Formats: sequence, C-alpha cells, structure tokens
Amino acid sequence: MADEKKEKEMLEDVTSGEYKYGFVTDIETDQAPKGLSEDIIRLISHKKNEPEWLLEFRLKAYRHWLTMEEPNWALLHHPPINYQDIIYYSAPKKKKELNSLDEVDPELLDTFNKLGISLEEQKHLAGVAVDAVVDSVSVKTTFKDTLAKHDIIFCSFSEAVRDYPDLVKKYFATVVPYTDNYFAALNAAVFTDGSFCYIPKGVRCPIELSTYFRINAANTGQFERTLLVADEGSYVSYLEGCTAPQRDENQLHAAVVELIAMKDAEIKYSTVQNWYPGDKNGKGGIYNFVTKRGICKGDRAKISWTQVETGSAITWKYPSCILKGDYSVGEFYSVAVTNNYQQADTGTKMIHLGKNTKSTIISKGISAGKSNNSYRGLVRVSKKADNARNFSQCDSLLLGDKCGAHTFPYIKTANPNAIVEHEATTSKISEDQLFYCQQRGIDMEKAIGLIVNGYAKQVLKKLPMEFAVEAQKLLAITLEGSVG
Amino acid sequence: MLLNIKNLHVSIQGKEIIKGLNLSVNKGEIHAIMGPNGTGKSTLAAAITGREGYEITKGEIIYKGQVINDWSPEKRANEGVFMSFQYPIEIPGVSMTNFMRTALNAQREYKKLPPISAGEFLKKMESKKKLVEIHSKLTNRSVNEGFSGGEKKKNEIFQMAMLEPELAILDETDSGLDIDALKVVAKGVNQLKSKENAFIVITHYQRLLDYIVPDFVHVMYNGKIVKSGGKGLALELESQGYEWIKEQFDD
Ligand SMILES: Nc1ncnc2c1ncn2[C@@H]1O[C@H](COP(=O)(O)OP(=O)(O)O)[C@@H](O)[C@H]1O
Ligand SMILES: [Mg+2]
Repeated sequence: MADEKKEKEMLEDVTSGEYKYGFVTDIETDQAPKGLSEDIIRLISHKKNEPEWLLEFRLKAYRHWLTMEEPNWALLHHPPINYQDIIYYSAPKKKKELNSLDEVDPELLDTFNKLGISLEEQKHLAGVAVDAVVDSVSVKTTFKDTLAKHDIIFCSFSEAVRDYPDLVKKYFATVVPYTDNYFAALNAAVFTDGSFCYIPKGVRCPIELSTYFRINAANTGQFERTLLVADEGSYVSYLEGCTAPQRDENQLHAAVVELIAMKDAEIKYSTVQNWYPGDKNGKGGIYNFVTKRGICKGDRAKISWTQVETGSAITWKYPSCILKGDYSVGEFYSVAVTNNYQQADTGTKMIHLGKNTKSTIISKGISAGKSNNSYRGLVRVSKKADNARNFSQCDSLLLGDKCGAHTFPYIKTANPNAIVEHEATTSKISEDQLFYCQQRGIDMEKAIGLIVNGYAKQVLKKLPMEFAVEAQKLLAITLEGSVG
Repeated sequence: MLLNIKNLHVSIQGKEIIKGLNLSVNKGEIHAIMGPNGTGKSTLAAAITGREGYEITKGEIIYKGQVINDWSPEKRANEGVFMSFQYPIEIPGVSMTNFMRTALNAQREYKKLPPISAGEFLKKMESKKKLVEIHSKLTNRSVNEGFSGGEKKKNEIFQMAMLEPELAILDETDSGLDIDALKVVAKGVNQLKSKENAFIVITHYQRLLDYIVPDFVHVMYNGKIVKSGGKGLALELESQGYEWIKEQFDD
C-alpha cells in the first residue's frame, strides 16, 4: 500500500539522525604500543607508579583471562575482537598537577562546551562535582573542598591507590572479582583509571557526584574501574555520563563498576550512555561490555541503578544488586534505545540473600531501524531469603518493522515465601497517537520524540533533574525526530 | 471563502467512502453535518485534516484559496485547521501541559514567531481552562489518560481554545455528554466564534444545535451531502429520523 510505504520511508527518515557528538579533541597523548602481554601490564602498572600488590593482582587476572572464552550467550553479533590490535594505555600528557579549572587544556574545556556540559557551568550553577576522565586519566576533580569538609573521598582510582591504599585494598574487587567474567578479568588486568568514592558513616553527600567519561584516542580500549563505598547510614547520588567522538574502527570498552552499601546506606547510581553507535550502515561504533554490580551488605541498605542507554554499537550490560542485608532494597530503572544496526543486550540481576529483601525492575526498550534490543534479567531468591519480593516490568516499543525486541526474564526461587511478579508488554507507536499530534501541528519527528519520552517517563523521572533534561534530548537525537 | 470542497472522492484501502461531496464554508459561519452512522462524516473530517490512509481519488479541498490535497496534517493544522476528535487518543507519560506547549510552539515556529515564554503560556492556559471549566489537575495528567468521556471532549475544546483555529471541525463532540458537559462545550464554541473563523459541527443529534446555532445544516448520506438547509432541517431530522432520507436516496 502506497501510504504504508510512505509512512515507512518517513519513519526511516526521522530515525536516521547523524551522531551529533562526532568530533575529536586534539590533545597530545602518551600511548603504549598495541597489544596485550604481561609486559604491557607491567608497563601500565609502572606508568601509574602502582604498588606491587596491584601489579600482582593484574597479572593474576591476566593469566586467568587467558584461560577464559568470550561469552556468546547474549543476542549479539559482531566480528571477532582482536585483543592484540588494541592500545591498552593512553594518557593525555600532563605538564603539571592542576589546581583549578583555568589550568585545564582549553581544548578539553571546549569539548565539554560542545557537549553542553561546561565544567564551569556545572561548577557554578548545578553544584555538581565533576571528575572528568579523558583517555583513562583523571584530568580534573572539582568541588574537592566541599567534599573534604564532609570527609568524602572522591578522586581518580590511581590517586586512591596512592592515598587510601587500605580502603582500596579492603573493598576493591570484592563485588566483581576478576574471575567473574571474561570482560571483568580483562578489565582487572589492564584497567588504567577510573573513580573512587567513599562516603563516611552517617554522611549525606550534599552534591551529586558526576563523572564524564570520554573515549578519545583512536584505537584505545577503555577499561575504567569505579569503586564506590557508602558506609553505614550514608547517602550518595552518583552520575555517570558519556559521549565519544566519531570513529571508524570499533572501540572496545569494558568497564567495571562496584558499589558497596553498608547498613542503612543508600546509593543512587545514574548513567546516561551515549557512545558513538556507528554510522547508519552499522560501520564503527563502540563495543560496550560493562560489568556493574552493587552489594547491599548491611541491613536496610539500598542500591538504585538508573540507566539511559542510547549509544554504542553493542551494549552488553547488566547492572545488578546483591541483597545481602535483611530488608535491603535493589532497584533497576532502564531505558535502552537502539537504532540503525545497534544491538543492546541489557538488563539486571537481583540476587535476594537477606530476609524481607525487595527489588524492583522497570525496563523500557525502544527499537528503531534494523536494531535489536533485548532485556535479559535474573531474579534469584535464596533459601534463606524469607518474604523476598520482586516486581519486574519489561516493556518494549517498536518503531517500524525491521527491528527486534526480545525479553529473557529468568526467575529462580528457592524460597516458597517469595513473591515474584513479572509483567511484559510489546507495543508499536500507534498511528492514532501520531496523527493526534500532527493534527495539533506537531510534525512526525517531534511527535515520535514526545511519545517516546512519555513512554520512558517512569525511568526518566528517576534521574536527577539536570540529567533528565540531557537524557530527553539524547532520546530525541538518537531517534532523531522519531524521538523529539 | 474559507473552505471549498469540490466533487470530493475519498477511498480507504481502495474502498470509496466519500463519493462526490461538495461543501463551501465562509468565515463567520457554523455548519452542521448530520447523518446516520457509517455515512462518512468522520472520513470527511479525516480527509480535510489530511490523515494518512484516506486517499483523495478525485476532487479538491481548497482552503484559504489553496488546494491542500497534498499538504501534511501538521501544515494544515498550523494553517489553522483543527479537529476535535470523536475518539481522543491517550498518550501515556506526556503531560497535557507539555503537549500543549509543544503544539503551540510548533504553530509559532511555523509562523516564524519565537517560542512562547513560560509565563505567557501559563497565563493562556489558565484563562482557557476557565473557559471550558476544566480542572487544574487535568492539565497535569498525561494527555487523555484516565480522563472520563466528558473530560476528553472538554479537553478537545480546551485545545481548540488554546490553538485558536480558523476552521474547527467538531466530530461528534456531543456524543456521550451529559447536558452540563454539553453546555460547556457549546459555551466554548460560542465564545471562540468570530467573524474570522468557521465551525463544522458533526453531530448525530440535534440536541447540540440548541446551544450551538448553525447557519447551515447538511444531511450526509452514503458519502454525499444529499440535502442542505437552515436550522429547521435539523428539527425535521429530529422529529422524522433518517428513514425518509434513506428511502429517498437508497438506490
Ligand atoms: N480505517 C478504516 N478502514 C476501513 N473502513 C473504514 C475505516 N474508517 C471508516 N471506515 C468505513 O467507512 C465508512 C464511513 O465511516 P465513518 O466516516 O466513520 O462514518 P460516520 O462518521 O459517518 O459514522 C464506514 O462504512 C466505515 O466502516
Ligand atoms: Mg464518525
């Protein structure tokens, strides 16, 4: 039918926006040669002036990684990754330690300006402390003074290893051991930097902690390591946001994030992920294999993951919660958008170990173009977890008829008292909704944006204010007009 | 002339629904279109507003002197064509406020005007809400979500008031309304009515026409306007039903 064809063309047209953040910052870089070996790992460790124990840890992880195989259970397809063709260390050349924003490379500041997230603005207006990670080395940490007043530690991972070795040793790799999975092992072997955060007992962190990651040098795999510890009765909200410049080669990213919430502590971890998704024909783009896990160690602890995933050619990511403390709470709120040839296999694991533990999963998948979007979730209730409760809702929205949406919910309960509820829906944007908007003067592109943002609202509203606005814009850009 | 429809033929999925319809509407006029169910009234409204899938196989729709057969729905809307839907659709998660602001700004962008300021917008919302006696909380809710039938129809009139169209088509806005809601809808129309705009009121019952007094009444049957007259025609239909029309015009 001619009209149907027209509609399809239009949908394609509005869902094919070019990536807007495709620019490259020209900062001199200090790079290791391509490839992975014990020597390269020693070089990384040496470059970072690491203590012996950390080098040993890296080498153990590397040797273990060599015995492992890339996982293939996800609904993802990509050519084999050549791990010897990747540069594992790359750092912007630092002339000296930076004390204020004025000393930051103006080009870098300009990059942030292009993203509309000027450090300056954030610092003055939003009250957000920004730890900008560019090419694996933290360039600048702001708001350190405010944080110091509350004895909050928020610094790059390397600084933490140097300045707080005991804290790092105590918690590092306790939630995600290097044996956990292929990419976690790789990360443990070659991670270059990341963020470390410690909130002391009873402290409510007064500002949103924010890290902007950016992949910059060509052929540089990114292996970030984030460790966040909220001690008893503390609270922290942490924001992670990413964009990357346009590249032709696929870039591998395998980050590890570990969260630890002690008794009565609460961690809110929000992510907006917008790495380069590849072009319209599926060329290029970031391969994003991330391991994120949190543990509610003490009673009444709470961990909440919120993610808006719009970027990357491939997303393999399952932010999870281990609910060990009694009455602890785990939450997962996710919007994953895929367009063109993007593939996302994402979801969560909620592991109920403690009594009266509770988890909530809200997942909204949006697929357009020829993309594939899968929700994969596991809810496990152990024998001892009396009265554990889970509610899961997994919705998929399809734009056009060449994309795919899949849901793989796994439920394993060993406790007869557990209540696990799962709801799932799949829908298409209705023609009636589109016409209703158009009849009010709103063009197709804006209409799709409006409808999709409405669809994702349940998740978007969980984001901190300043992030929510950016996330809405990203949804729009990703579907370009099919998301206004 | 604001709207001039000449020998219009409209097909849905290859099936002809409108079969040679003529209608002209001048500024300042109210036209009522009546007729039995399934006769093509909503199809006519869809054709005028440019809904996809409603193929004009013959004839012309001329609006403000231009043939608009090929115009997109949003262009028609931004040029002042509004429709109050027979079945307003729900858009979950999109607040009425956000929706209205997006619509108003789309119209302003089309007219090369800057976006409306937040203050101005809120003021306008408040005054138009009063006009249709709409509760404040309704505009905080998602578009039509969980609205009662009456609220949905009032909400359509509210949107009409906000967008200030030149040609408003009300498709069975009165169906399912109680007398109070009906009066509110009529009040909205009567206050918006001016020398510069026109209304096409599609209705099944003459009841609404007690409150919105039409200049012309057209009877539509089997895809055509078969009879036109003044307000008296509506009363005639009310007392005699559509049977005599059917008898007269069935082949
Ligand atoms: N989307 C559609 N697909 C197929 N037939 C339709 C569609 N919409 C309306 N029709 C048919 O067109 C005719 C006129 O419908 P409609 O315009 O809704 O009538 P009215 O508004 O006068 O009750 C009916 O026979 C109806 O079945
Ligand atoms: Mg109808």
